[in-house]
Amino acid sequence: MSTDTLTDEKYHGLTAEQIDQLGAELDALRQRVLADLGEDDAAYLRKVVTTQRKLEIAGRALFYLPVVGWLPAVACLSVSKILDNMEIGHNVMHGQYDFLGDPAFNSRMFDWDTVCPGEQWKYSHNYIHHTFTNIVGKDRDVGYGILRMDPEQKWHPYYLGNPLYAFLLMTFFEWGVALHDLEVENIVSGKRKLADNKPLYPGLMRKIRRQALKDYVLFPALTGPLFPLTFAGNAVANLVRNVWAFNIIFCGHFPAGVASFSVEETENETRGHWYLRQMLGSANIKGSKLMHVMSGNLSHQIEHHLFPDLPARRYPEMAVEVQEICERYGLPYNTGRLHQQLWSVFKKICRYSLPGGDAKVAPVRGPGAVTEDSLAA
Amino acid sequence: MSALISPPAPGGPVGRLLRSRLAAALTTPHGVDRYLERFNPMWAAHEVRARVVSVHRETTGDAATGSAPVATLTLQPTSTWRGHRAGQHVLVGVELPGSAKRHTRAFSISSAASAPGEQFTLTIRAHDEGQVSSYLVREAQPGTILHLSQAQGEFTLVESPATPTISRLLFITGGSGITPAMSMVRTLLRDGYDGHAGRRVTFLHFARSPEDQIFADELARIAAADNGVEVHLRYGDQLFSEFELRRLVPDYKETDTWLCGPPGLVELVTAAYDGSSRLRMEFFKPAVARAAVSTGSTTERSAVEGEVSFTRSGTTTAATGASLLEQAEELGLKPEFGCRMGICFSCTRTKTAGTVRNVLTGEESSLPDEEIRICVTAAAGDCHIDL
Repeated sequence: MSTDTLTDEKYHGLTAEQIDQLGAELDALRQRVLADLGEDDAAYLRKVVTTQRKLEIAGRALFYLPVVGWLPAVACLSVSKILDNMEIGHNVMHGQYDFLGDPAFNSRMFDWDTVCPGEQWKYSHNYIHHTFTNIVGKDRDVGYGILRMDPEQKWHPYYLGNPLYAFLLMTFFEWGVALHDLEVENIVSGKRKLADNKPLYPGLMRKIRRQALKDYVLFPALTGPLFPLTFAGNAVANLVRNVWAFNIIFCGHFPAGVASFSVEETENETRGHWYLRQMLGSANIKGSKLMHVMSGNLSHQIEHHLFPDLPARRYPEMAVEVQEICERYGLPYNTGRLHQQLWSVFKKICRYSLPGGDAKVAPVRGPGAVTEDSLAA
Repeated sequence: MSALISPPAPGGPVGRLLRSRLAAALTTPHGVDRYLERFNPMWAAHEVRARVVSVHRETTGDAATGSAPVATLTLQPTSTWRGHRAGQHVLVGVELPGSAKRHTRAFSISSAASAPGEQFTLTIRAHDEGQVSSYLVREAQPGTILHLSQAQGEFTLVESPATPTISRLLFITGGSGITPAMSMVRTLLRDGYDGHAGRRVTFLHFARSPEDQIFADELARIAAADNGVEVHLRYGDQLFSEFELRRLVPDYKETDTWLCGPPGLVELVTAAYDGSSRLRMEFFKPAVARAAVSTGSTTERSAVEGEVSFTRSGTTTAATGASLLEQAEELGLKPEFGCRMGICFSCTRTKTAGTVRNVLTGEESSLPDEEIRICVTAAAGDCHIDL
C-alpha cells in the first residue's frame, strides 16, 4: 500500500499483513458456508416464496370483500410485495440461489414486483454499489445522486432540501430505484450524455407499463364497482413497501460511524482491504427473526456486503463469527435497533443539508465500541 | 376448485385462460407457472413437468463386466406436453437429493410417438459417472417429479403408415442407443405397419452380452412375428463390419439408415457409409477430453493443459490458467463483465462441456451446461464456453 498513513486512520491501525489475515479468515468463513449450501436453503427459499404467493393471492382476493376486506387486503399485499422485493427479489437477483440451477430462482431470469427492471438494477447494485461500496464519487448509492450524506460531497444550496428529498425518495422509492440507473445527476454534471440512456428506455417503459397495468388497471377493473377501493389499496400496498424498503436500506450505509472512502484511498486495494471496506462501510439492525425476514436479512448489511452472493438466510449465523473477528481485530461492528439506526440516519440527513460536517469519524477501538449513543453525540 | 384438481387441459377453457394475455398481465413479472407450481407441480400453463408413474427394471447390471443397470420410467407429463415424434429426445431436470441442485440431461424417448399430454417412457442406463442417470434408474420412485423440455431433435422417422414411402428402413444401434430406434419400430408396429407393402425394416443392434440386452423379450417377439421387421443382435466382440452389413442390406448406402450408439460404433458405421446422405445419426454432447493434470497449488495460477473453445465466436486457445474472462479478452473478444472478482454475476456464461476450476475456491467441476462466472473461473482441461 502506498498510503500507509491513511491505512492507520481509516483501517484502525491494522497492518497490511493483518488485513491479509483478516481477508483469509473471512474467505475461510465464506468457504465453510458455501460448502454447506444445500437442501435447507432451497427449502427455505421455496417456503418464503410459497408464503409470498399465498399472501399475494389472499390480498388480491380480499379486495372483493367490500369495506371489511380492504385493510386485510392491503396488509397481505404489502407484506407480499415486501417479501417479493427483499427476501426473494433482492437476494435471488444477487445470484444467491443460482447454485440451485432452478430457472425460477436464477439471477439472470428473475424479475421483481417493482417498476425497476431487475436487469438494470443488477448493474448499478450488484456491480457498481457492491464493488465500490462507499467510495464517494464511485458508489452512486452514497446519497443516490440526490442527497448529501457525506462531508466529502461538496455542499450546495440545493442540499438545504435534503430532508424533503429524503421524504420524497421514501414515498416514491420504487420509482427512485428505477430512475437511479438513468444517472440523472451525472447528466446534469456533464459526466454522462443523455444519449447514453437511450438503450435503457425501452426496458424501463415496458416494466413501468406492465406494473401499472397490473396494479392500477386490471386488478381494480376485475373488482368491478370496487375499482376505486382496489386501486387505492394497491397504491397503499406499494407505498407501504416503499417506506419499509427505504428505511431498511438507509440503515445499511448511512448511520453514524459508517466510514466512507475516497477513490485515492482505495486504489490498489487487496481482497483483504476490500473486505475491510465492506465491514467499515456497512451497518446492521438488531431485531427479531420476523424483522430479519421482512428486511430480506439486509438487517445483516455487514455480512451481506462481505458475502453478497451467499444466501441471506445464512447471515445471522455468520454474524456471530464476523462479530468475533471484529472484536479480535479491534474493528467496530456497527449495529443498533431499528429506531436507533433510523434516528441516526435522520440526524445525518438534516446535518448534511447544511455546509460542513465532520470529515473524519474518530476511530473507535475495542469490542462493540461503536454504538448509536457513542457516535451520535 | 374441481377444475383445478385435474391438470388444466391444453385446449380446454382453463388451459386457454391460463395461457391468455390477461393471465400473463395479472401475474407479471413472474408469470403464471411461478404461481401454479407452488401449489401443485403438475399444474402448468407453459412449462412441462412429469410425474413418474412406474419404474421397470430392464437389466440389473453386472459389476464384473462393468455393465450398468437399465430401467424404463413411465412418465405422466403435464397437459402442456405437446407429444413427441418417434426418435426424439427430451431434457430431464432433477433435483438430486443431498445437493438441492438441479441437473439437466438429455434422454431419448423409448415409447412410440405420443400425443399431447399422453404418457411416454424413458429407458435409461445408470452410467457410473452420470449422476442424473444413476438417480433416475436407482432412486426415482412413482411420484417423483421431473422437469422436462418439450420433445426435441430431428433424428426422427420420416415416414409412418399415414405417410408411407417405399423406402426400406435400417436401424443400427449400440447399447442404450437402441432407445430412439425402439421408439420408431414401436411406432411403426403400433400404427399398423405389417411389412406387406414390400418394405423391409432391418434392426441391427450391438450389446455387451445377452444379459445386458434391453427389450430382449420384445425384440424376440418382433423378430418372430410376420411383420417384415428383421432383428439381428450381436454380442460381445462381434463388432460392426461393413462386410456383414453388405450381406444383410446389400444396398445399405442407398437405404435410409438411423444410427445411434457409442463413439466406436459411430466411427465404424460412418466410415462404411462414406458420406452417404442416407445415414442419420444421433449423438448428444461431443465428449470433451479429460481434465488435465494441473501443477502447482490451487491458489496460485497453475499451469494447465487443455484447449478452451469459445463456441459462439468459434475461437479456441490453449488454456493458460488465467481466468476465462482474461483468456477471452486476449483473443479480442469483449464479453460483458463487472466487478471482476466474482460477486456481481455480470459475466455469467454457460460452460457447455469440459472441466473448469473456480480460482477463488480451487474447486473443479465437469458438469455439462453449467453457469460459471468467467472472471473467477479458469480452464482445468479442455472446455467449451458459450461465448
